[in-house]
Amino acid sequence: MINTLDQIFVLLRHWLVSFLPAAWQPLVGVLLSVAAIVCLFPALFALTTVFERKGLARIQNRLGPNRVGPFGLLQPIADGIKSLTKEDIVPLSADAAVHFLAPVLLLVAVFMGFAVLPMGRNMVFVDMDAGLLFYFAMSASTELSVFMAGWSSRNKYSLLGAMRAVAQMISYEVPLLLSSVVVVMMTGSLSLTKIVAAQSGFTWGLPHWFIFTPWGCAGFVMYAIATTAETNRSPFDLPEGESELVAGYHTEYSGFKFALFFLGEYLAMFSISGLGTTLFLGGWSAPFSFLTWVPSWIWFFSKLMLSIFVFIWMRGTLPRLRQDQLMNFAWKFVLPLCLLNLMVVALWRFMGDGWLRWVICSAILIGAYATMGWGEMRRGKIGPRSYRYAE
Amino acid sequence: MLGEGILKGMAETAKNFFGSYFSAERLTTVEYPEQRIAPFEAARVFPFLVFDSKNPGDGADWQTGMRCVACQICEKECPPKCIFIEKSKDKKPDALGKPQFYPVKFDIDISVCMSCQICVEVCPFEAIKMDTEFELSTVDRFGGLLLDRQQLAKSNEYYHQIHPAEAAGVDARLVAEKVKADAKARSAADAAVAKAAAIAGEGA
Repeated sequence: MINTLDQIFVLLRHWLVSFLPAAWQPLVGVLLSVAAIVCLFPALFALTTVFERKGLARIQNRLGPNRVGPFGLLQPIADGIKSLTKEDIVPLSADAAVHFLAPVLLLVAVFMGFAVLPMGRNMVFVDMDAGLLFYFAMSASTELSVFMAGWSSRNKYSLLGAMRAVAQMISYEVPLLLSSVVVVMMTGSLSLTKIVAAQSGFTWGLPHWFIFTPWGCAGFVMYAIATTAETNRSPFDLPEGESELVAGYHTEYSGFKFALFFLGEYLAMFSISGLGTTLFLGGWSAPFSFLTWVPSWIWFFSKLMLSIFVFIWMRGTLPRLRQDQLMNFAWKFVLPLCLLNLMVVALWRFMGDGWLRWVICSAILIGAYATMGWGEMRRGKIGPRSYRYAE
Repeated sequence: MLGEGILKGMAETAKNFFGSYFSAERLTTVEYPEQRIAPFEAARVFPFLVFDSKNPGDGADWQTGMRCVACQICEKECPPKCIFIEKSKDKKPDALGKPQFYPVKFDIDISVCMSCQICVEVCPFEAIKMDTEFELSTVDRFGGLLLDRQQLAKSNEYYHQIHPAEAAGVDARLVAEKVKADAKARSAADAAVAKAAAIAGEGA
């Protein structure tokens, strides 16, 4: 029974496909999986928009949307109808073809990322040996569509936003990859299912997730920073800084094309949170050994939503960075720590079991963080904002 | 230590997030159409024209009691030029009994008005004041937002109701002016009588 519930989606697909002639089965099976991904995540996006608005409101001691439907839960439907019925404006001097292609390409690239994510036991669309590599290839190509949008709009705000976005995404691509490489170094595999399998054990009822090791914890923190920048979320939302750039690269988009950009941004957030879950939080495995009876996909999506909640929480707390602070932070702080983490994980690997490696690895990472942070703050490179004229 | 401020901030927002579900005094939001807060004395939205009614309560004498004398100062001073006044050809006695012009047409386009209150400040006759009515939405964005003099005319009692302190001051000033005008008229009359008597005496 428990096993059936765990595998319910896999069994459902087999059952649906079994009605068809054998020659059609593989194709229809693939299409069913695609349909599931393409329906599920936009639905999750719709829910997230209303929960984000409500969460941000609560953080600011407001009520948030509560008019459409019970507790405002039908708000995304109203928003969807609104964006569908709005006029689709293409600027006269815009490059119409590229302007149209940009949001479509963004969505395609983002959806491709979901293909390799294991969302439950046996629930991975393509179990690729180089899944992680494929994922990063796809997530990096979203930069192209962002720049296409900014370039084709023929608007200074769009172009500035796109240039900022590309600069930021390329800068943070480096720490993103380097912080994930530690996992590959430990598991010796680029396959995401193997990475999840490597974290599936339990000691004293606690899981073997990589976040519970010194290098994994450091890697996860840097991964979280890099993903926040990669998905253009606050406090790294410079590409769409409303106060200076109107809306950044999607200034000239209206109606459903704008909605597609919005959707793409949130889907990128889901997929990159899903990857973080897979790499550091044990994927679909349960957090305690006595909870292993709960279906694996519930764990995956709970962890995913928890990450989304942290994204929203950070958005409600942190003010936007300045461009130079953003770049300094990426190249002078996160990147050296990522490189150090690579050394630490190698040390961890070759020191063998025992308590000594815990102490040494933790000491190196904490010491490096503390001294670098102290040095940078003393030189005023990073740290609290200082104001020359205000105050 | 680096990152301390971020953690402190996150703790603060988390406190707000969970606190807002448990303590009602955190949520200061008023759910507008159902709940309302009493308007503030200093609230101002768009101007209206004050008229004095002989028997308070009915708006019958909005035309005769209107304080406006169509001097057109507000029209000239209005920065966005949203006031349109047409002066009358004839004169009518005002509150002091002096014959004055009156506006045949007094329109304010509230889609243009920016609520700056300059018209109120320049008016020497206390005839135009700021209203607190803000629910002015209409389906006709041209005609519906152009208010004519009948729509703009509100009684002095209404003015007292929305801005009590300010209206009391205005009334005191008007009464003082009236007393002064009466005294002047009386002394002028006395002087005329005295002059006439003197002329009569001289003649005799």
